[in-house]
Amino acid sequence: MLMLTCPHCGVTAEETEFAPGGQAHLKRQGPGSSDDDFEAYLFARANPRGVHLERWRHAFGCGKWFHAARCTVTLEVFGTYPARTAGPPAELRAAIAARRPGWPEGGR
Amino acid sequence: MSFRLGHGGRLIDRARPLGFSFDGRRMTGFAGDTLAAALLGAGETLMGRSFKYHRPRGAVAAGVEEPNALMGIGSGPQAEPNARATVVELAEGLEATSQNRWPNLALDIGQLTGLGARLMPAGFYYKTFIHPRAAWKHVFEPVIRRAAGLGRAPRGPDPDRYEQLYAFADVVVAGGGVAGLHAARLAAEAGRRVIVFEQAAHWGGRAPVEGEPVGGLPADAWVAAQLADLAARPNVTLRARATVFGLHDHGYLLAEERCGEGGGTGPRRRLWRVRAGLTVVACGAFERPLPFAGNDRPGVMLAAAVRDYLVNWAVAPGRAVAVVTGCDDAYRTAMALAGAGVRVPVVADLRPGGGGALAARARAMGLRVADGACIARVLGGRSVTGVVLAPADGDGSGGEEIACDAVAMSGGWSPAVHLWSQPGGGLAWDADRGLFRPDPARAPTGADGRPMAVAVGAAAGELALDAALADADRALRAVLGLPAGAPPVTAATAEAPPRTAAMLPARAGHRLRAKAFLDFQNDVKVSDIELAAREGYVSVEHAKRYTTLGMATDQGKLSNVAGIAVLAEARGTPVPEVGTTTFRPPFVPVTIGGLAGEASGPLFQPVRMTPLHGWHAARGAVWEPVGLWRRAYAYPATGERTADAVAREVLAVRGRVGLLDASTLGKILVRGPDAGRFLDMLYVGMMSTLPVGRCRYGVMCNEQGFVTDDGVVARLGSETFLCHTTTGGADRIHGWMEEWLQTEWWDWKVWTLNLTEQFAQIAVAGPKARVLLERLGGMDVSREAQPFMRWAEGRLSGIAARVFRISFSGELSFEIAVAASDGPALWERLMAEGADLGVTPYGTEAMHVLRAEKGYIIVGDETDGTVTPRDLGLERMIASGKADFIGRRGMERAHLVDPGRWRLVGLAAEDGAVLPEGAYAATDARNANGQRVTEGRVTSSYFSPTLKCGIALGLVRRGPERMGEVLAFPAAGGRVLKARIVEPVFHDKDGARLNG
Repeated sequence: MLMLTCPHCGVTAEETEFAPGGQAHLKRQGPGSSDDDFEAYLFARANPRGVHLERWRHAFGCGKWFHAARCTVTLEVFGTYPARTAGPPAELRAAIAARRPGWPEGGR
Repeated sequence: MSFRLGHGGRLIDRARPLGFSFDGRRMTGFAGDTLAAALLGAGETLMGRSFKYHRPRGAVAAGVEEPNALMGIGSGPQAEPNARATVVELAEGLEATSQNRWPNLALDIGQLTGLGARLMPAGFYYKTFIHPRAAWKHVFEPVIRRAAGLGRAPRGPDPDRYEQLYAFADVVVAGGGVAGLHAARLAAEAGRRVIVFEQAAHWGGRAPVEGEPVGGLPADAWVAAQLADLAARPNVTLRARATVFGLHDHGYLLAEERCGEGGGTGPRRRLWRVRAGLTVVACGAFERPLPFAGNDRPGVMLAAAVRDYLVNWAVAPGRAVAVVTGCDDAYRTAMALAGAGVRVPVVADLRPGGGGALAARARAMGLRVADGACIARVLGGRSVTGVVLAPADGDGSGGEEIACDAVAMSGGWSPAVHLWSQPGGGLAWDADRGLFRPDPARAPTGADGRPMAVAVGAAAGELALDAALADADRALRAVLGLPAGAPPVTAATAEAPPRTAAMLPARAGHRLRAKAFLDFQNDVKVSDIELAAREGYVSVEHAKRYTTLGMATDQGKLSNVAGIAVLAEARGTPVPEVGTTTFRPPFVPVTIGGLAGEASGPLFQPVRMTPLHGWHAARGAVWEPVGLWRRAYAYPATGERTADAVAREVLAVRGRVGLLDASTLGKILVRGPDAGRFLDMLYVGMMSTLPVGRCRYGVMCNEQGFVTDDGVVARLGSETFLCHTTTGGADRIHGWMEEWLQTEWWDWKVWTLNLTEQFAQIAVAGPKARVLLERLGGMDVSREAQPFMRWAEGRLSGIAARVFRISFSGELSFEIAVAASDGPALWERLMAEGADLGVTPYGTEAMHVLRAEKGYIIVGDETDGTVTPRDLGLERMIASGKADFIGRRGMERAHLVDPGRWRLVGLAAEDGAVLPEGAYAATDARNANGQRVTEGRVTSSYFSPTLKCGIALGLVRRGPERMGEVLAFPAAGGRVLKARIVEPVFHDKDGARLNG
């Protein structure tokens, strides 16, 4: 059972206190989008063996959504950050790259 | 035959005899005995029958790894099946029952399958029972189920108490042997919070059995001194009879404590849920059997287990014990037996060069040692009568018969790496020692990416006492950052390298290989693994599943490495290339009761009760669970059938006035400058244009365009809306709103609040509803002042209330929301003022009938996650002018605009019957699989007391275009029900009754 730190309220808690929300940073496809783009938005997920940016909600805590950068192989958590962003902050990107050289291109 | 020695036994108290029974026979053991020790002490070597061939079996081990001696303990609801007699502590009056035998243990009909063992090779069931399928279901499976199977689960509710406990520690030590205790001491002295779990009732592991001094003290005394020191420290928790059975992500560790045993009090089991910074895997090692024909006979035991029985419980497995070994350790058993006066006719050592210093000492004692020799086969049936001694590298022919009544065997040792491997720790094959050991370079890692476990002592592959302590000392100092130190002083014994064997003798023919067991509990033999390899199951994971090697309740603790060795030889590859199977929790079987903990009965899950719950209960309401809520289903009068009560309640609403507790409906406040814009995205309809004071029905979809919830939205103010949701949808929809606001439109100024439990909500429905509210007084509820789909605030009978003119019954209806605490008072006032009007409380079933008579949908009945608003005839709800809303793009997909979709209609059975809910309409056409093509299904079906016939709603292919057509619904018993497609509105089609 994972341990995660909510970047909003600062609490470090067990996985059961959070609700998972799948892959982070999907771009919403609305009316006017192509069939391919819409299909990818609904169904295509990265499922990497390695670094995964994923959504979580502190469901049984402050209720806020946030993102976690986590290795799907070792379960290492590189960091968490608020959901109000289109990508991980620069410090976290650097931290991930330090632990997984080459990320995000081919790096695990 | 096994027997109790007249002296010795470090764990037993001969002054306290304990009576127990085995298959109804009275026996006596001593306090401190395990059940297996007491049985062996009483001369009982036959303890069970094997799973597949029903071969007679006795205890082969003395600890948790025991595969054979599984028994039922106790009777009635507290009975425990499949208990390992080797770990069950003897208690006065204990009832033990052997399993998997009929009619009794000594005479077992099922053993006949053993005669056909050659006809039941690996994969037998897969190969034999593929065809015909019906034969499997009706013939093979029932017969096999009766003949095989383990113990029986107890019947009736479990009367015992179980609990779960959360704990946190810097260091958890799994295993209270000498390495574990030394590790705990170092961590404790360094100021860490430490928990030490020991699965047995006694501390110290094997060291006190071996008797070598530790730290200048007898091993027992050293262990006692460590325990005394640790127990006195406030930062240390010690728990015996507590088995760590799982190490999971980020140091989440599970242990089961057997509190009720050994005279203990408290719950029967306690589940420890520990978050451990570092887990010290000090679980020791398991000795491995050797693969020779007849190695499963009762009386053939692991060499170290023989030593355990001898030293701990003063029990010898026989009067003459032959020893066969591939390592030096078994010489300790030979010498211990000889020292206790038990005859050891031979020690067969597989190694052509023989053993080391221990072998020399055995020879010096006068024991006969045969180097390069093995046991070719065991003589005897239900007990051992002798062995055939033969060269280890021969084919087993010839050989010397040696009389004996027990065998001690050692195929070397396997570290107990389970806790290391479960969370992903890597293993390395140590060829010198013939074992897989934890690879420190591939430790399981925690949240920070750093190692979260360290293996020490025998669990790390350091089997000798001095090496184990030195390893624990070095590893803990390194991981804790302590300066170098010295481990407790012990004597060193040089041991010769062990030899592993895939089969003994090495060139034995099929007849012997088919009697050489690897997995005792699942009856997997050397020949089975070889057959699997020949048939292409060369991956260890495939061979495991094909042969069931290691898949019994002991999870292959004894058989894993031996099976890998056989597979490696059959494939002609080295052992490390074969690899190991995956280690999965639990390490040992655990009780379901412990996993459930307190969460059973009324504590299984919370029950949500409305403010009016007490009133419903007092009136004898029949309950309907809706999510965690309990809602009143109906209020049967004394002696009234529930169905009659539902009909009475429906007619009361249609004819007079009824009251419904609607408090469970979700009530979510949405507020802010962007609230209207936000709701326009959430609902398929337009909410931003709703005037203050008005209500509007809304439907929500997910991005795929499928309906997920519905309800009435009331605009309370220019920036404030109250969104009603379904009872089951309140939390989900509130979460849905927050998800969009927080992750997509985070710059929109909108706040949401789930007010569901803040209000009691009462529906007052029926032609007399307005009269009743006027009697309460305080608000103008006239048709002119409050038309349909308006809401107003005021005081009703002095109670602050918000009154919505909305209807889910088709009748004149008001839903009154008041503060939760005012709910009971308002309900009582309505009942009192309406007495002469015939006011009738109605439950959820009447509510369902009323709405179905009107063709109103229920999300979850008419929808199943694949139904669009258009399918439900709600296309008029979809705002045509909106560029975007959640689900708009999804609805444009080709399949969702297909005119052939199933759409909502009414269904009227030709004879007025009630159609079965969920029934499918079938055509005469057949699909590619020869099945009849379906063209619709019944989504809701009731008897309508209003119309005196069955009514149903359903989704039918092109339904609205096919009014008047008759569909065929195949039903149980070969009947076919006919129903005509009709409008979904059965009652008051023009809606005149809504205004009363």
